[in-house]
Amino acid sequence: MSAKIVTITSGKGGVGKTTAVANIAVALASLGARVCCIDGDIGLRNLDVVMGLENRIVYDIVDVIEGRCRLRQAMIRDKRLPELYLIPAAQTRDKSAVSPSDMVRLGDELRNEVDWVLIDSPAGIERGFRNSIAAADQVLVITNPEVSAVRDADRVIGLLEAEEKGSPSLILNRLNPSMVRNHDMLSAEDVLDLLAIRLIGVVPEDENVIVGTNRGTPIALEPKSIAGQAFRNIARRMCGEDVPFLELDNKGSLWARIQRMTGRK
Amino acid sequence: MDEQTVPVQIKGLRDGLLITIGNGEWAALEAALLEQIHARQSFFRGARIALDVGSHILRVNELVALRDRLSDRGVSLWAVLSESPTTEKTAQLLGLATRISKPRPEETRKFAVDDLGNATALFVNKTLRSGTRIEFPGHVVVVGDINPGAEVVAGGNVIVWGRVRGMVHAGAKGDSSAYICALDLSPAQLRIAEEVSAILTPLKSPRPEIASINQDGKLQSSPWEPG
Ligand SMILES: Nc1ncnc2c1ncn2[C@@H]1O[C@H](COP(=O)(O)OP(=O)(O)OP(=O)(O)O)[C@@H](O)[C@H]1O
Ligand SMILES: [Mg+2]
Repeated sequence: MSAKIVTITSGKGGVGKTTAVANIAVALASLGARVCCIDGDIGLRNLDVVMGLENRIVYDIVDVIEGRCRLRQAMIRDKRLPELYLIPAAQTRDKSAVSPSDMVRLGDELRNEVDWVLIDSPAGIERGFRNSIAAADQVLVITNPEVSAVRDADRVIGLLEAEEKGSPSLILNRLNPSMVRNHDMLSAEDVLDLLAIRLIGVVPEDENVIVGTNRGTPIALEPKSIAGQAFRNIARRMCGEDVPFLELDNKGSLWARIQRMTGRK
Repeated sequence: MDEQTVPVQIKGLRDGLLITIGNGEWAALEAALLEQIHARQSFFRGARIALDVGSHILRVNELVALRDRLSDRGVSLWAVLSESPTTEKTAQLLGLATRISKPRPEETRKFAVDDLGNATALFVNKTLRSGTRIEFPGHVVVVGDINPGAEVVAGGNVIVWGRVRGMVHAGAKGDSSAYICALDLSPAQLRIAEEVSAILTPLKSPRPEIASINQDGKLQSSPWEPG
C-alpha cells in the first residue's frame, strides 16, 4: 500500500488548518489507518501543541531533510493511538530551509511507511504554501464563512488549478447555524456557490474545539462532540465512504437541542 | 558582448535582479540560466528575480518547473515579463507579476496583437478566481465567472458568459464606446474608459445585462433585449 498525501491549506491565517489536520489525523487513525502528520509551518510550529506531543520532540523536519536523522527518528508516535505519527516543524529555522523538491522526496519516503500523510500548511501563498502542496496528491482548502476568508480560499483554489493540482475539496469551518439563520453569516450554500468545488465537510463553531486545542486533545477523540463528529465524517469521506452531512440547522437536530440546552440560542 | 551571443543577461534592479533570456531553445536556455546560478551560488542565494523571457511561449508546467528549480537554489521568482500573451497569462495564473515598477528601458511593452487592430479577442474558458488579473489590448471573452478579487482590463469590450462579481474595465485605453455584458452583472466595480461605477443596483433575479456609457456620459447598465 502506498500512502495518500493530503495537504490542508487556506490562504488566510487562523481559519483552522492546524485544528483540521490534528482532528482528521486522529479520526483516520481511530479508523485503524496508519497516519503521519507533517507540520509545514516552519518557524511557527504548533501542530505538536495541538496534538499534545510538544514535549516529545527530539528531531524535526529540517533534521530529516538535511540528513541529521533518519525519517523514523523524526516521527513522533502519538500517546493515544498506536499508528499516529507527527513530524514537527523546525522552530528555529525559516521556510528557506525546505524546498518543494525536499517535500516531494520526504513524501515519497513516507509513502511506504503509512497509509495517509497529512500536511499542515502555513498561511499565505508564498514559499511555505508552495512547499506544503508540492507533494500533495489531494488538497483540502479550509475556510470560515467570512467574506475575506472565502476570497483567500478562492485565490488559493485558482493557484492550485494553475499548478495543475486538480480540483481541491472544501472544508467549511466554524459555521454558526443561528447566525446563518439571522443572515449574519454566509451560509454553506453562499460559500459553495462562489467557490464551486466539492464540499467534504462542514464543522460547526464550538468552543470545545478551543478547549481541546489548549489541552492537546483533539475534539475528534470526544465521541459525543458534534464538531468531533464533523471531523470524523471528513475522515470517512476521505476514505471514499458516502456519509450524509450533519444537519446543523434543524431545530429538532441534536445540534440545535444542545444549543438550546446550553442557552446559546 | 552583444545581445545575440549571450543567452542569459543579468542586470541589477532596485528591488532584485532582472534576467533577460535570449533566443533559442527553451530547455537549453533554462539549463544555461541554472548553470550561471550554480556558478555564482553565493551571489544568487536569496535573490529575487524578474525574468524577461522575450517571445518564448511558456505553459504552466514549464513555468512551475522553473520556479521550483529556482526555489531549490534559494532564488525566488517574482515576475515574468514577456511579449507573448500566453506566457503573460501563465505568469498571471501563477500569481507572478508581469510588470516591474520601472518599464524596460528601450521600449514600451507591445503585444503582437496591436497590429491586428480591434478585431482581436482573448478567449478565456474558465472562471477567474480572486487574485487573477487579465489584461488585454483587444476584446476579452470569458466563459465562466469573474469572482470577487479578480480583474479584467480590456482595450475593447468584455463579454462574460457567467457572473461578474469582480472588477471589469472595458475601453481601458479611453474608448468610451466600449461595453461590458454578462449573464449576471453584480460587480464590485465596473469601468468604461474613464468612467467608474461603484454600485449598479443588483437584480433580484439576475438576467443578462449590458453596461455602457450613456448620452450624459454616465456609466449605466440595462437589461439586454434580444432582437
Ligand atoms: N470549529 C471551531 N470552533 C471554534 N474554534 C475553532 C474551530 N476551529 C478552529 N478554532 C480555533 O481557531 C483558532 C485558530 O485555529 P488554527 O490554529 O487551527 O488555525 P490555522 O489556520 O492553523 O492558523 P495559522 O494560519 O495561524 O496556522 C484556534 O484557537 C482554534 O482552536
Ligand atoms: Mg496553523
